[in-house]
Amino acid sequence: MERGLDFARKFVAALPHGRLLGMNVVAMANGVAELEMPYDTKLIGDPETGVIHGGAVSALMDTCGGLAIFAHPLQAITTATLDLRIDYMRAATPGQTILARAECYHMTHTVAFIRAQAFDDNRDLPVATASGAFSVELMGKRA
Amino acid sequence: MSRKPPEPVQVVKERRDAALARLAGSIPYARLLGVHFDRRGDELTAVMPFDEQLIGNPMLPALHGGASAAFLEISAIVQLSWLTLWEGMESGAPMPEGRIRLPKTIDFTIDYLRTGLPRDAYARARVNRSGRRYASVHVEAWQDNHARPFVQATGHFLMPPDGV
Repeated sequence: MERGLDFARKFVAALPHGRLLGMNVVAMANGVAELEMPYDTKLIGDPETGVIHGGAVSALMDTCGGLAIFAHPLQAITTATLDLRIDYMRAATPGQTILARAECYHMTHTVAFIRAQAFDDNRDLPVATASGAFSVELMGKRA
Repeated sequence: MSRKPPEPVQVVKERRDAALARLAGSIPYARLLGVHFDRRGDELTAVMPFDEQLIGNPMLPALHGGASAAFLEISAIVQLSWLTLWEGMESGAPMPEGRIRLPKTIDFTIDYLRTGLPRDAYARARVNRSGRRYASVHVEAWQDNHARPFVQATGHFLMPPDGV
């Protein structure tokens, strides 16, 4: 059975760091996950501009990448980030919710590859993009 | 002609610590994660004390990769700004008025070497190149054992228009 929204919401609710940053699952199906993080002054990285810290966007995209892997039909039982590269295109507009969308576009028995984008209210130009490799353990394929 | 006597050590320390506190204390997200900086002369060590809210995998338990990434990015940005502040301070220039302008991250690549344990984490950043507009920084974090880093990263940063 594919893991849907219920699984994803329980998964994120169980992450203390996800709760700290206010992450909320929006979509989860077929190797794709969407996760949002409302604007909060405690997430600010640059007090001069009120723009949220890149690290908060990284945390959101990392979590979203992990969710996308769990949303993949191959059903990973555990996953951990091996590497993640993030490109910051522009400053997120202060006050706006950040939405991350991640896709697990390839998965082997040991490694999953993801790419992700993060947006504010402007959905035409991402705030940041990411690509990463995650270790995975598949059901019945314990290494 | 008599030379100017050296400044009392306490005065020097207070000036440096105040500059660092102003820089590191200005980032709300660093406060949220509990990140602070230890200083020995010009050398900084970032410290992220363990907190339940940094957990990303409650089963192991392990630090959230995003918390580790943010810790490294904060360390890199503060180290970069600190270099500029330090040079100004040591040359006797007055501290800049108003807010300190921080470098902006262009890209950041994080390499997760091992699981982040539910313990305090430490990081040091090394500025590999710092030009007028762009800088490249490497940063490494460890926990119990300095020789066994658990995460490292390299990033490029856009420097503020006229220094800090």
